[in-house]
Amino acid sequence: MTAGQQPSVVQNSGQVLPAGHEPANLGDILERVLDRGIVIAGDIRVSLLDIELLTLKLRLVIASVDTARQIGIDWWEHDPWLSSRARPPIEPGPRDPEEVEAERRPRVAARALRRDAEAEEWDGFDG
Amino acid sequence: MGSMVDAALPAPTAGAWLHGVVRDAGPATLARIGGMDGGPVRAVSAAGLVAVVSTAPLDEYGEQPLRRNLEDLAWLERAARAHHAVLEALARRGPVVPARLATVHTDDERVARSLTTRRAELVATLDRLTGRGEWGVKGYLVPGATAVGAEPVTAGGVGTAYLRRRRAQLNAREERQRLISAAADAVHGALCEAAVSGRRHPPQDRRLSGASAPMVLNGAYLVDVAALPRFTELVGSLGGRHPGLHLELTGPWPAYSFVAERPEPALTVREPG
Repeated sequence: MTAGQQPSVVQNSGQVLPAGHEPANLGDILERVLDRGIVIAGDIRVSLLDIELLTLKLRLVIASVDTARQIGIDWWEHDPWLSSRARPPIEPGPRDPEEVEAERRPRVAARALRRDAEAEEWDGFDG
Repeated sequence: MGSMVDAALPAPTAGAWLHGVVRDAGPATLARIGGMDGGPVRAVSAAGLVAVVSTAPLDEYGEQPLRRNLEDLAWLERAARAHHAVLEALARRGPVVPARLATVHTDDERVARSLTTRRAELVATLDRLTGRGEWGVKGYLVPGATAVGAEPVTAGGVGTAYLRRRRAQLNAREERQRLISAAADAVHGALCEAAVSGRRHPPQDRRLSGASAPMVLNGAYLVDVAALPRFTELVGSLGGRHPGLHLELTGPWPAYSFVAERPEPALTVREPG
């Protein structure tokens, strides 16, 4: 930014709050530094896609739960870091893609049930 | 003898973590910006451009350690914040092309080579970002704002009534989702008109956004400095026009969303030629 103004947060009440008091939200930063920005091939080849934490956790959370569900991944339901309903995973550790795909199929059926749960979630916002 | 010593030269112990590329940056400016490990960032100049880098000891930022460290949420948070802080400091002074997290070269010479190789694209991007800033607009569903119509009183047994009610609820939900989605589209479209360019990113999950309401719009807009008052005013008026959405404006951000060479067409709304 060339104007040199301080970052600010404006809400649609029309109220403009001077920021800089609070550091930017970590989620906002992560979605930007991980998914955006120019890709220049460095010498240290660490593809962010190869990082299990990012691939299986943050990247999918960033892409929203719905997107993750669409591709049949529901790791967060086993993850104590994100879910209070966490259960131990059935099969921990990285697996080969075929195995993952095979396991993914029953989840497609389970997705219909989740949609109903989502429906209730939306219903909750009807006040 | 000498050649044998050369062959046994130790591998470099520190590489360069690339933050971003600017047209130029004086040593005095860079000395005030803290990098990955708190020490000042430095410049690698080549092809009329400046890469701003942090010294990156390879025992922490080499391939294996980096892979391991990125799996550590605390390390990742620190790295993401440090990288972002450098870019934010640079963006306050002028256009900067942010590099994606974890872009590490083994030495400055290799950074310089990247600048030379990508010069044309980097210069074009810097030109496009000059005098502009990235602003984020997030839209959240407002609880209760899209009221459901009263239940019609109809004849029929308890079971029939339940099914009818449930069907009505589901229809009403679909209708609400359609309306909210249309409102988000309308807001994004209007903001794109006031911006140089706009992108729509996937909405953040609530655990990430920290919000209690679902996010339905996660937009990024490249806005001319001169058009900023109009843009912020527009965000306010759009919020009034769409009571089902709560809009939140953040920025200015370094132009993370407007530096990709080939943005995904589905997410691109308008990109001037």
